[in-house]
Amino acid sequence: MDSLDSLDRLIINHLQGGFPICERPYLEVAKYLHISEAVLIERLAQLLDKGLLSRFGLLYHAERLGGALTLAAMSVPETEFDQVTAIVNAFPEVAHNYARDHELNMWFVLATEQPERVPEVIQEIEAQTGLTVYNMPKQTEYYVGLRLEV
Amino acid sequence: MNHTTPIDSEDRRIIQLTQTGLPLTPRPYHAIAEQLGLSPTEVMTRLEKMLAEGIIRRLGVIPNHYALGYRANAMTVWDIPDDLIDTFGEQIGQLEFVSHCYRRPRHLPRWPYNLFVMVHGRTRPEAEEKIEQIVTLLGTSQRGYKILYSTRILKKTGLRLGE
Repeated sequence: MDSLDSLDRLIINHLQGGFPICERPYLEVAKYLHISEAVLIERLAQLLDKGLLSRFGLLYHAERLGGALTLAAMSVPETEFDQVTAIVNAFPEVAHNYARDHELNMWFVLATEQPERVPEVIQEIEAQTGLTVYNMPKQTEYYVGLRLEV
Repeated sequence: MNHTTPIDSEDRRIIQLTQTGLPLTPRPYHAIAEQLGLSPTEVMTRLEKMLAEGIIRRLGVIPNHYALGYRANAMTVWDIPDDLIDTFGEQIGQLEFVSHCYRRPRHLPRWPYNLFVMVHGRTRPEAEEKIEQIVTLLGTSQRGYKILYSTRILKKTGLRLGE
Protein backbone atom coordinates (compact mmCIF):
# COMPACT_ATOMS: atom_id res chain seq x y z
CA MET A 1 0.00 0.00 0.00
CA ASP A 2 2.98 2.23 0.78
CA SER A 3 3.77 3.60 -2.64
CA LEU A 4 0.29 3.92 -4.14
CA ASP A 5 -0.67 7.51 -4.94
CA SER A 6 -3.96 8.82 -6.21
CA LEU A 7 -2.98 8.42 -9.86
CA ASP A 8 -2.01 4.76 -9.30
CA ARG A 9 -5.39 4.19 -7.69
CA LEU A 10 -7.20 5.86 -10.55
CA ILE A 11 -5.34 3.73 -13.10
CA ILE A 12 -5.94 0.46 -11.23
CA ASN A 13 -9.62 1.15 -10.63
CA HIS A 14 -10.19 2.27 -14.21
CA LEU A 15 -8.28 -0.53 -15.96
CA GLN A 16 -9.97 -3.29 -13.96
CA GLY A 17 -12.95 -2.53 -16.15
CA GLY A 18 -11.14 -3.18 -19.43
CA PHE A 19 -8.65 -1.88 -21.96
CA PRO A 20 -9.49 -0.60 -25.45
CA ILE A 21 -8.59 -2.35 -28.69
CA CYS A 22 -7.45 0.37 -31.11
CA GLU A 23 -4.25 1.72 -32.62
CA ARG A 24 -3.28 3.87 -29.59
CA PRO A 25 -5.10 2.33 -26.61
CA TYR A 26 -2.82 3.90 -23.99
CA LEU A 27 -3.44 7.32 -25.52
CA GLU A 28 -7.21 6.75 -25.39
CA VAL A 29 -7.11 5.77 -21.70
CA ALA A 30 -4.65 8.57 -20.88
CA LYS A 31 -6.94 11.19 -22.42
CA TYR A 32 -9.83 9.89 -20.34
CA LEU A 33 -7.71 10.12 -17.18
CA HIS A 34 -6.31 13.54 -18.19
CA ILE A 35 -2.70 12.38 -18.21
CA SER A 36 -0.18 11.78 -20.98
CA GLU A 37 0.30 8.49 -22.78
CA ALA A 38 3.91 8.30 -21.58
CA VAL A 39 2.93 8.76 -17.94
CA LEU A 40 0.30 6.01 -18.17
CA ILE A 41 2.78 3.57 -19.71
CA GLU A 42 5.41 4.44 -17.12
CA ARG A 43 2.99 4.02 -14.22
CA LEU A 44 1.80 0.65 -15.50
CA ALA A 45 5.40 -0.53 -15.81
CA GLN A 46 6.10 0.59 -12.23
CA LEU A 47 2.95 -1.06 -10.83
CA LEU A 48 3.91 -4.32 -12.55
CA ASP A 49 7.53 -4.06 -11.35
CA LYS A 50 6.43 -3.54 -7.76
CA GLY A 51 4.07 -6.50 -7.98
CA LEU A 52 1.00 -4.37 -7.23
CA LEU A 53 -0.50 -5.68 -10.45
CA SER A 54 -0.28 -9.42 -11.03
CA ARG A 55 -0.73 -8.94 -14.71
CA PHE A 56 -1.72 -6.50 -17.39
CA GLY A 57 -3.06 -8.34 -20.37
CA LEU A 58 -5.84 -10.70 -21.22
CA LEU A 59 -7.74 -13.17 -19.15
CA TYR A 60 -9.06 -16.02 -21.24
CA HIS A 61 -11.96 -18.37 -20.61
CA ALA A 62 -10.43 -21.84 -20.26
CA GLU A 63 -13.61 -23.80 -20.93
CA ARG A 64 -14.50 -21.79 -24.02
CA LEU A 65 -11.05 -22.58 -25.36
CA GLY A 66 -11.91 -26.25 -25.09
CA GLY A 67 -10.04 -26.84 -21.83
CA ALA A 68 -11.26 -27.66 -18.37
CA LEU A 69 -10.91 -26.19 -14.91
CA THR A 70 -11.73 -27.65 -11.57
CA LEU A 71 -11.27 -26.93 -7.88
CA ALA A 72 -10.07 -29.83 -5.75
CA ALA A 73 -9.46 -30.27 -2.04
CA MET A 74 -7.53 -32.65 0.17
CA SER A 75 -7.21 -33.31 3.85
CA VAL A 76 -3.45 -33.51 4.39
CA PRO A 77 -1.89 -34.57 7.70
CA GLU A 78 0.37 -31.79 9.02
CA THR A 79 3.40 -34.06 9.11
CA GLU A 80 3.05 -34.78 5.38
CA PHE A 81 2.06 -31.29 4.33
CA ASP A 82 5.31 -30.19 2.69
CA GLN A 83 5.79 -33.50 0.94
CA VAL A 84 2.23 -33.48 -0.45
CA THR A 85 2.63 -29.82 -1.49
CA ALA A 86 5.69 -30.77 -3.53
CA ILE A 87 3.84 -33.64 -5.23
CA VAL A 88 0.77 -31.53 -6.07
CA ASN A 89 2.73 -28.46 -7.21
CA ALA A 90 4.90 -30.57 -9.52
CA PHE A 91 1.92 -31.05 -11.85
CA PRO A 92 1.97 -28.29 -14.48
CA GLU A 93 -1.85 -28.54 -14.56
CA VAL A 94 -2.00 -27.14 -10.99
CA ALA A 95 -2.48 -23.41 -11.57
CA HIS A 96 -3.05 -22.30 -7.96
CA ASN A 97 -2.68 -24.06 -4.66
CA TYR A 98 -3.69 -22.61 -1.29
CA ALA A 99 -3.42 -23.81 2.28
CA ARG A 100 -6.70 -23.08 4.09
CA ASP A 101 -7.76 -23.31 7.72
CA HIS A 102 -10.16 -26.26 7.56
CA GLU A 103 -9.98 -30.01 7.88
CA LEU A 104 -9.80 -29.95 4.08
CA ASN A 105 -6.60 -27.92 4.27
CA MET A 106 -5.25 -27.96 0.73
CA TRP A 107 -7.22 -26.42 -2.15
CA PHE A 108 -5.94 -26.33 -5.69
CA VAL A 109 -7.18 -25.38 -9.14
CA LEU A 110 -6.48 -27.71 -12.03
CA ALA A 111 -6.45 -26.21 -15.50
CA THR A 112 -6.03 -28.60 -18.40
CA GLU A 113 -6.17 -28.07 -22.12
CA GLN A 114 -7.66 -31.54 -22.60
CA PRO A 115 -10.75 -32.12 -20.43
CA GLU A 116 -9.88 -35.81 -20.01
CA ARG A 117 -6.68 -34.80 -18.20
CA VAL A 118 -8.65 -33.64 -15.13
CA PRO A 119 -9.61 -37.14 -13.89
CA GLU A 120 -6.17 -38.42 -14.89
CA VAL A 121 -4.33 -35.81 -12.83
CA ILE A 122 -6.65 -36.42 -9.88
CA GLN A 123 -5.95 -40.16 -10.04
CA GLU A 124 -2.22 -39.54 -10.29
CA ILE A 125 -2.26 -37.24 -7.25
CA GLU A 126 -4.27 -39.80 -5.28
CA ALA A 127 -1.86 -42.57 -6.30
CA GLN A 128 1.24 -40.57 -5.39
CA THR A 129 -0.08 -39.22 -2.07
CA GLY A 130 -2.35 -42.02 -0.93
CA LEU A 131 -4.95 -39.34 -0.06
CA THR A 132 -8.47 -38.73 -1.36
CA VAL A 133 -8.93 -35.79 -3.71
CA TYR A 134 -12.37 -34.19 -3.56
CA ASN A 135 -13.20 -32.89 -7.01
CA MET A 136 -15.49 -29.84 -7.02
CA PRO A 137 -15.93 -28.69 -10.61
CA LYS A 138 -18.00 -25.60 -11.18
CA GLN A 139 -21.62 -26.46 -12.04
CA THR A 140 -22.91 -22.91 -12.45
CA GLU A 141 -21.00 -19.66 -12.64
CA TYR A 142 -23.02 -16.81 -11.14
CA TYR A 143 -20.27 -14.21 -11.18
CA VAL A 144 -16.55 -13.90 -11.72
CA GLY A 145 -14.56 -10.69 -11.73
CA LEU A 146 -12.37 -8.66 -9.49
CA ARG A 147 -13.67 -5.26 -8.53
CA LEU A 148 -11.38 -4.13 -5.78
CA GLU A 149 -11.56 -0.43 -5.15
CA VAL A 150 -8.08 0.66 -4.14
CA MET B 1 -19.87 -28.55 -21.21
CA ASN B 2 -18.80 -27.51 -24.67
CA HIS B 3 -15.53 -29.21 -25.52
CA THR B 4 -14.96 -27.85 -28.98
CA THR B 5 -12.08 -25.52 -29.66
CA PRO B 6 -13.52 -22.53 -31.46
CA ILE B 7 -10.20 -20.81 -32.10
CA ASP B 8 -7.71 -21.37 -34.87
CA SER B 9 -3.94 -21.38 -34.68
CA GLU B 10 -3.62 -17.61 -35.25
CA ASP B 11 -6.00 -16.87 -32.34
CA ARG B 12 -4.02 -19.27 -30.24
CA ARG B 13 -0.73 -17.54 -31.04
CA ILE B 14 -2.25 -14.17 -30.16
CA ILE B 15 -3.40 -15.51 -26.78
CA GLN B 16 -0.04 -17.13 -26.08
CA LEU B 17 1.74 -13.90 -26.80
CA THR B 18 -0.59 -11.66 -24.76
CA GLN B 19 -1.52 -13.85 -21.77
CA THR B 20 1.49 -12.73 -19.75
CA GLY B 21 1.17 -9.09 -20.69
CA LEU B 22 0.42 -6.56 -23.37
CA PRO B 23 3.47 -4.72 -24.72
CA LEU B 24 3.95 -1.41 -22.93
CA THR B 25 4.50 0.53 -26.12
CA PRO B 26 2.20 3.15 -27.68
CA ARG B 27 0.95 0.73 -30.35
CA PRO B 28 0.80 -2.61 -28.50
CA TYR B 29 -1.36 -4.42 -31.06
CA HIS B 30 0.98 -3.36 -33.83
CA ALA B 31 3.89 -4.81 -31.83
CA ILE B 32 2.03 -8.12 -31.44
CA ALA B 33 1.16 -8.12 -35.14
CA GLU B 34 4.77 -7.58 -36.09
CA GLN B 35 5.92 -10.43 -33.89
CA LEU B 36 3.35 -12.80 -35.38
CA GLY B 37 3.67 -11.67 -38.97
CA LEU B 38 0.03 -10.57 -39.12
CA SER B 39 -1.48 -7.19 -39.93
CA PRO B 40 -2.43 -4.97 -36.96
CA THR B 41 -6.02 -4.88 -38.19
CA GLU B 42 -6.19 -8.65 -38.16
CA VAL B 43 -4.84 -8.85 -34.59
CA MET B 44 -7.36 -6.27 -33.36
CA THR B 45 -10.27 -7.88 -35.22
CA ARG B 46 -9.43 -11.29 -33.81
CA LEU B 47 -9.12 -9.91 -30.25
CA GLU B 48 -12.46 -8.12 -30.59
CA LYS B 49 -14.12 -11.28 -31.86
CA MET B 50 -12.70 -13.39 -29.00
CA LEU B 51 -13.87 -10.78 -26.47
CA ALA B 52 -17.35 -10.66 -28.00
CA GLU B 53 -17.57 -14.46 -27.90
CA GLY B 54 -16.37 -14.61 -24.31
CA ILE B 55 -13.25 -16.62 -25.20
CA ILE B 56 -11.34 -13.72 -23.70
CA ARG B 57 -13.06 -12.70 -20.47
CA ARG B 58 -11.43 -9.32 -20.51
CA LEU B 59 -8.39 -7.23 -21.22
CA GLY B 60 -7.04 -5.06 -18.46
CA VAL B 61 -5.21 -5.11 -15.18
CA ILE B 62 -5.30 -7.99 -12.75
CA PRO B 63 -4.51 -6.45 -9.35
CA ASN B 64 -2.41 -8.35 -6.87
CA HIS B 65 -5.01 -7.96 -4.16
CA TYR B 66 -2.66 -9.21 -1.46
CA ALA B 67 -0.02 -6.61 -2.33
CA LEU B 68 -2.72 -3.94 -2.48
CA GLY B 69 -3.62 -4.56 1.14
CA TYR B 70 -6.43 -7.11 0.79
CA ARG B 71 -4.94 -9.66 3.18
CA ALA B 72 -8.10 -11.44 4.26
CA ASN B 73 -9.13 -13.69 1.38
CA ALA B 74 -12.09 -15.67 2.52
CA MET B 75 -13.52 -18.60 0.62
CA THR B 76 -17.01 -18.83 2.05
CA VAL B 77 -18.99 -21.99 1.43
CA TRP B 78 -22.73 -22.34 1.94
CA ASP B 79 -25.24 -25.15 2.10
CA ILE B 80 -28.22 -23.90 0.08
CA PRO B 81 -31.25 -26.00 -0.88
CA ASP B 82 -30.97 -27.00 -4.55
CA ASP B 83 -34.23 -25.29 -5.50
CA LEU B 84 -33.04 -21.94 -4.16
CA ILE B 85 -29.40 -21.93 -5.20
CA ASP B 86 -29.78 -20.23 -8.60
CA THR B 87 -31.80 -17.34 -7.18
CA PHE B 88 -29.38 -16.72 -4.33
CA GLY B 89 -26.28 -17.43 -6.43
CA GLU B 90 -27.31 -14.63 -8.81
CA GLN B 91 -28.09 -12.22 -5.96
CA ILE B 92 -24.86 -12.89 -4.06
CA GLY B 93 -22.83 -12.64 -7.28
CA GLN B 94 -24.09 -9.07 -7.66
CA LEU B 95 -22.64 -7.91 -4.32
CA GLU B 96 -19.73 -5.60 -5.09
CA PHE B 97 -17.29 -7.29 -2.69
CA VAL B 98 -17.72 -10.75 -4.23
CA SER B 99 -15.10 -11.79 -6.82
CA HIS B 100 -16.27 -15.33 -7.57
CA CYS B 101 -19.62 -17.02 -7.01
CA TYR B 102 -20.02 -20.62 -8.17
CA ARG B 103 -22.19 -23.65 -7.60
CA ARG B 104 -20.13 -26.79 -6.96
CA PRO B 105 -21.08 -30.37 -5.99
CA ARG B 106 -21.48 -31.51 -2.40
CA HIS B 107 -19.50 -34.48 -1.10
CA LEU B 108 -21.83 -35.87 1.56
CA PRO B 109 -21.54 -36.51 4.40
CA ARG B 110 -18.19 -34.79 4.69
CA TRP B 111 -18.86 -31.69 2.62
CA PRO B 112 -22.46 -30.36 2.49
CA TYR B 113 -21.62 -27.00 0.86
CA ASN B 114 -22.74 -26.25 -2.69
CA LEU B 115 -22.24 -22.48 -3.07
CA PHE B 116 -18.73 -20.99 -3.10
CA VAL B 117 -18.35 -17.24 -2.64
CA MET B 118 -14.97 -15.47 -2.53
CA VAL B 119 -14.91 -12.36 -0.34
CA HIS B 120 -11.91 -10.07 -0.03
CA GLY B 121 -11.19 -7.74 2.86
CA ARG B 122 -8.21 -5.79 4.12
CA THR B 123 -8.65 -7.47 7.49
CA ARG B 124 -10.64 -10.43 8.78
CA PRO B 125 -13.13 -8.17 10.62
CA GLU B 126 -13.70 -6.28 7.36
CA ALA B 127 -14.24 -9.54 5.45
CA GLU B 128 -16.56 -10.82 8.17
CA GLU B 129 -18.64 -7.65 8.06
CA LYS B 130 -19.19 -8.35 4.37
CA ILE B 131 -19.94 -12.01 5.03
CA GLU B 132 -22.60 -10.87 7.54
CA GLN B 133 -24.37 -9.14 4.64
CA ILE B 134 -24.58 -12.52 2.87
CA VAL B 135 -25.89 -14.12 6.08
CA THR B 136 -28.59 -11.44 6.24
CA LEU B 137 -29.46 -11.80 2.57
CA LEU B 138 -29.88 -15.57 2.91
CA GLY B 139 -31.87 -15.45 6.14
CA THR B 140 -33.27 -18.90 6.86
CA SER B 141 -32.52 -20.12 3.34
CA GLN B 142 -29.07 -21.46 4.23
CA ARG B 143 -28.47 -24.57 6.31
CA GLY B 144 -24.92 -23.72 7.36
CA TYR B 145 -21.76 -22.05 6.17
CA LYS B 146 -18.02 -21.96 6.76
CA ILE B 147 -15.30 -19.37 6.21
CA LEU B 148 -12.03 -20.80 4.91
CA TYR B 149 -9.20 -18.27 4.99
CA SER B 150 -6.12 -18.88 2.93
CA THR B 151 -3.18 -19.26 5.28
CA ARG B 152 -0.48 -19.71 2.64
CA ILE B 153 -0.16 -19.46 -1.11
CA LEU B 154 1.50 -22.74 -2.07
CA LYS B 155 1.52 -22.11 -5.82
CA LYS B 156 0.27 -19.36 -8.07
CA THR B 157 1.14 -19.56 -11.72
CA GLY B 158 -2.32 -18.78 -13.07
CA LEU B 159 -3.71 -20.16 -16.27
CA ARG B 160 -1.28 -20.55 -19.09
CA LEU B 161 -1.98 -21.71 -22.58
CA GLY B 162 0.95 -23.97 -23.46
CA GLU B 163 2.95 -24.09 -26.65
